[in-house]
Amino acid sequence: MGILSLISLWFIPILIGFILLYGTFKGVPTYESFVEGGKEGIKIAISIIPFLVGMLVAISVFRASGALDYLMEFIRPALKSIGVPAEIVPLAIIRPISGTAALGMTADLIAAHGPDSFIGRLASVLQGSTDTTFYVLTVYFGAVGIRKMGDALKVGLLADVAGIAAAILVVVYIWY
Amino acid sequence: MPMVNYIWVGMTIIGIIFGIANGTMDEVNKAIFKGAADAVTLCIGLISILVFWLGMMKIAEESGLLEKLSSFFRPVVKWLFPEVPVRHPAMGYILSNIIANMFGLGNAATPLGIKAMEQLKELNGGKDYASRSMVTFLAINTSSITLIPTTVIAIRMNYHSASPTEIVVPTLIATIISAICGILIDRYFYYRRSRKG
Repeated sequence: MGILSLISLWFIPILIGFILLYGTFKGVPTYESFVEGGKEGIKIAISIIPFLVGMLVAISVFRASGALDYLMEFIRPALKSIGVPAEIVPLAIIRPISGTAALGMTADLIAAHGPDSFIGRLASVLQGSTDTTFYVLTVYFGAVGIRKMGDALKVGLLADVAGIAAAILVVVYIWY
Repeated sequence: MPMVNYIWVGMTIIGIIFGIANGTMDEVNKAIFKGAADAVTLCIGLISILVFWLGMMKIAEESGLLEKLSSFFRPVVKWLFPEVPVRHPAMGYILSNIIANMFGLGNAATPLGIKAMEQLKELNGGKDYASRSMVTFLAINTSSITLIPTTVIAIRMNYHSASPTEIVVPTLIATIISAICGILIDRYFYYRRSRKG
């Protein structure tokens, strides 16, 4: 495990060093190219603001009004009947919708049940193995102006369901 | 009308109705402005990361590094994205995004993913609907393989886990399963679409 944390610590600086040396070696005007590419970054960041404002307002209204809690109460029995522990249900539901809320819930669950408990381990694996589909959809499609998403949302959410199921199965199989 | 419109209106209206029914109008009011402020803060925070990584990636693109990377993974990516020409820069961005995701570098992954989408849109003739490759890219992205779940390890350390990193291998296995499922689900929807014509 020492090696893994070393890799994650060294990865970015080494990558940057490598890109710069490789570019110099190939005769790329590195600084000018960097600035050129960076300018695009500003344009993108500004252009996704309306997409995120719209989506985050809707999500936070939905959450603050208590509608999300109600939805969870509604879905909980169904999820519980297929073996999803009740404590983990809110996290599983919120994970595709809001990354920060999910992170908060993971921290809560780990604090309440202990990091090495069943719930703590399950929350850890679940948090690490799925992504915020709504965020990725909003930001990626918003930034390039895709209006008709086709099957993207359905595919993304079904993939999340698969991820949640996989996380539960793996944790149960490895530890319990 | 694209589905996102219904979801967006649905969440907001249901939220407002619940606010009336539950007497949580005060919270709803705050949530409107907090949500908007959070979104702008998030975007402003993204500027530094976007500028830095897109700058770096421009160097990687011009030096041919991105193309090298994509030629290395060519067989896999060719199967996943049959519509993208092998030498197209989109391939390099897609791969860099997947790799950044694997290392838990969500911050670095976002700019690369946006660049990849931009290239895919160009390949699709600049149209405003999601192409097959875009849907596949999204499926891979939301179920992507995680080598190092950095944030989770940090939280576990905070709460004095006996072994904060013990979840690395289970997470890896779970994400491999979910990535395979994501790809299969994407393929299923693609074939269903193409059968309909």
